[in-house]
Amino acid sequence: MTDLSNQSSQSSKHDWHSGDANRRVRKRHARDRSLRYAGLGAIALALALLGILVSSLLYSGRHAFTQSVVELEYFIDPLKISRDDPAKGSYRSIVKKTILSHFPEVTNGREQRRIVKILSGGAKYLLRDHIVYNPEMVGKTILLELPLSDPYDQLHKGVIRRDLPENQRRISDREIAFFDVLVKKDLVSSPINWGLIFNNDSRRPELAGLRGAIVGSFYILLVCFLISFPVGIAAAVYLEEFAKNNKVNDLIEVNINNLAAVPSVVFGLLGLAVFLGYFELPRSAPLVGGMVLSLMTLPTIIIAARAALKAVPPSIREAALGMGASKHQVMMHHVLPLAMPGILTGTIIGLAQALGETAPLLLIGMNAFITSDPGSIMEPATALPTQIYSWADSPERGFTSRTSAAIIVLLGFLVIMNLMAIILRQKFEKKW
Amino acid sequence: MTSLAFATILAFVAAGYFIGRHRSMSVVGGRHSKLHSRPTYHGAYVALWIGIPALLFVLLWLLFQNNFIDSMIIGALPTAETEGLDAGQLQLIINEVKAIASGNIFKEPTAEIRALADNYNHWMSMSRILMVGLALVICLAALIYTLTRISDVFRARQRVEKIVDGLMIACSLIAIFTTLGIVVSLVIESLRFFEKVPFYEFLFGLNWEPQIPIREGQVAAEGAFGAIPVFTGTLLIAGLSLLVSVPVGLLTAIYLSQYAGSTFRVVVKPLLEFLAGVPTVVYGFFAVLVVAPAMKQWGAQIGLDIAPNSAIAAGAVMGIMLIPFISSLSDDAISAVPQTLTDSSLGLGATKSETIIHVLLPAALPGIMGGILLAASRAIGETMIVVMAAGLIATLTLNPFEAVTTVTVQIVTLLIGDTAFDNPKTLSAFALGLMLFITTLALNVLALRIVQKYREKYD
Repeated sequence: MTDLSNQSSQSSKHDWHSGDANRRVRKRHARDRSLRYAGLGAIALALALLGILVSSLLYSGRHAFTQSVVELEYFIDPLKISRDDPAKGSYRSIVKKTILSHFPEVTNGREQRRIVKILSGGAKYLLRDHIVYNPEMVGKTILLELPLSDPYDQLHKGVIRRDLPENQRRISDREIAFFDVLVKKDLVSSPINWGLIFNNDSRRPELAGLRGAIVGSFYILLVCFLISFPVGIAAAVYLEEFAKNNKVNDLIEVNINNLAAVPSVVFGLLGLAVFLGYFELPRSAPLVGGMVLSLMTLPTIIIAARAALKAVPPSIREAALGMGASKHQVMMHHVLPLAMPGILTGTIIGLAQALGETAPLLLIGMNAFITSDPGSIMEPATALPTQIYSWADSPERGFTSRTSAAIIVLLGFLVIMNLMAIILRQKFEKKW
Repeated sequence: MTSLAFATILAFVAAGYFIGRHRSMSVVGGRHSKLHSRPTYHGAYVALWIGIPALLFVLLWLLFQNNFIDSMIIGALPTAETEGLDAGQLQLIINEVKAIASGNIFKEPTAEIRALADNYNHWMSMSRILMVGLALVICLAALIYTLTRISDVFRARQRVEKIVDGLMIACSLIAIFTTLGIVVSLVIESLRFFEKVPFYEFLFGLNWEPQIPIREGQVAAEGAFGAIPVFTGTLLIAGLSLLVSVPVGLLTAIYLSQYAGSTFRVVVKPLLEFLAGVPTVVYGFFAVLVVAPAMKQWGAQIGLDIAPNSAIAAGAVMGIMLIPFISSLSDDAISAVPQTLTDSSLGLGATKSETIIHVLLPAALPGIMGGILLAASRAIGETMIVVMAAGLIATLTLNPFEAVTTVTVQIVTLLIGDTAFDNPKTLSAFALGLMLFITTLALNVLALRIVQKYREKYD
């Protein structure tokens, strides 16, 4: 600025087209462009990171959407399995005999054991469950696809590379040779892995699925909704329409705003100390998880509901009051129904946040290893995000891709919920 | 039994509504106009009077029956056995009794414990029967009381509205009770921790090894509870995350609000919102799966030894998480600057970038600072990313390539799978939680103050 004033005092007539001035203008414009490009670069970086995040999950999770199986003919020997009580009996020996029949030249006991390990360790239970379901098959031969164990599954999908030196992979050349016998006979295939959704959790990655976690998350969200939706609406209506300007109501508002910013792990501590410690509610139960998460979603719902109530024009209220309705009748019959789409939108967004919340659920023990889906809100359960956490912690190779796949399932649910919220907003929200 | 109680109450509520409505009609012989309030209000009055006390009673009963029965178990134990035991040991006995009562027998119990277990089952079933019975009595009493009050001049609408008012106030107070619950539970458990570990040692100690001796007099595992390395680790990771998110988020906000066309905004904003909606456990897995190995590889190429759970990997991923947060808060702050300021700057011949740097940003600075403080509070309280990607061992270092631990990591690892609240190891998690709560609360209050003060300037 000082330069400018000096110059103007020296020469009363400024030459706007001198080389100097043009250079200065060019420089200023260059600076403008560089800020613009920096901004564009920042957005590109953020979007690129989003792209890397999603594509790396898809890339790593793609293997979990198929599961390698081997199709063999099992003869259900009536000498080993009784028709009256098919749950008992040595299915292990049937599985062993069947798979070894493809390797008649192998007689060494150690090598035979290695061949049996091509099949999942849970194969005998799957066969048992199948026979228990169809007891008339005892004494007959059935054709059944049973999953491969994790290393062979990874080998078949190409995750474990054959061209690596033998000491760097989990399967030896000899074992690959056994496996290739089955592949050559065209017995191995990789169909879509429905077990990922419909199986329960397992220590064996090839059998592990999300069913228990999905049911658990559903119960948690149900409890969370049943508590936070009515309570949130009631609190919002009171604060927006009925509360007078006094100290108590100010305190409530300050509290709601602060609660929205309290770290989620602190809510977990609250749940642990009060719900589990003091009230002795059961550990790992969806009821407790839902209660903790409802305390977290309440501020979101209250804030959204207040905004929706505020958006209803005063003319509606005045018209109803003018017709002789009481304040409550105005609220229940006119304002609340008109604000409902906005409130529901906020509720769905709050529930979507709750669905992805992990830390508080870890503290109340919802990362337990549970192999059946919960029958009620009082039984121990896991949730989708805590299942992701425990799978991510598991050392088996197959769990890496399962974790990514579970994340994709979780993100799928979140996208669906957010789309619902958007559709609801666009379809039903009135612009006054 | 519990669901039976709830079902009974709900049935009573529904029945009460119809009975009340019918009763009000029959009082006036079917002529509506004679009634002060419409019949539905009479029905609602009866239903509310039945439902609220009965539900409240059942909930309180369920919440407190465990505590009550626990003290009955303790009371039934011979005093010789309970003498000199602390709360933790008593809790062990209670747990044993309960395990046996539900049929899980791990070791052969003593005759006394077995008798107690039988007693416990008896008490529990008594308690449930009593609960349903008393709930029934309450429902019936409420029904009879309200039915006697219904008449043509009874102001049912006003009564119902009063009750609804009370319910709404109670719902609003939940926010206060939640805060109170957090503060009280954190403070109580922290005080118990500070009884065992002195306050100044926790706050200023340089050594964090939260262990408890497994046998008495074990020297190596005495444990040390100096939280300074944990605090520095938290600040290191939070600082790194702000280094990533503040420039990127701020530039994003500037471009979106000042340069971008509307189509560009419509496409980019939802994508950024998606980035904000990704659960933190996903970011944590992303850090473990992609970022940490990549950083280790890059470090090896330029001769740096980066730990697999280095602070910089966790901080960078947390920074990605905070980009949309900073960007949207800065966007708000920038758009709150009055248009007249921008217009006058542009009118004087300033370029867009000069306007942004010399006019817009200084005017929006308080709002942006508030946003950064909120982001810092988030970074400090963020849990899953650091639990999965940061270290477990507290090292006192500011080197971003080493592994450090954070407050939230310690809280989670100390409390997973452990609920005995009687040793300094688990209690220390609550002391850390208290520190976390105080810090984030202070940051939030400060941020809101700054933002509000700034708003007053232009309104």
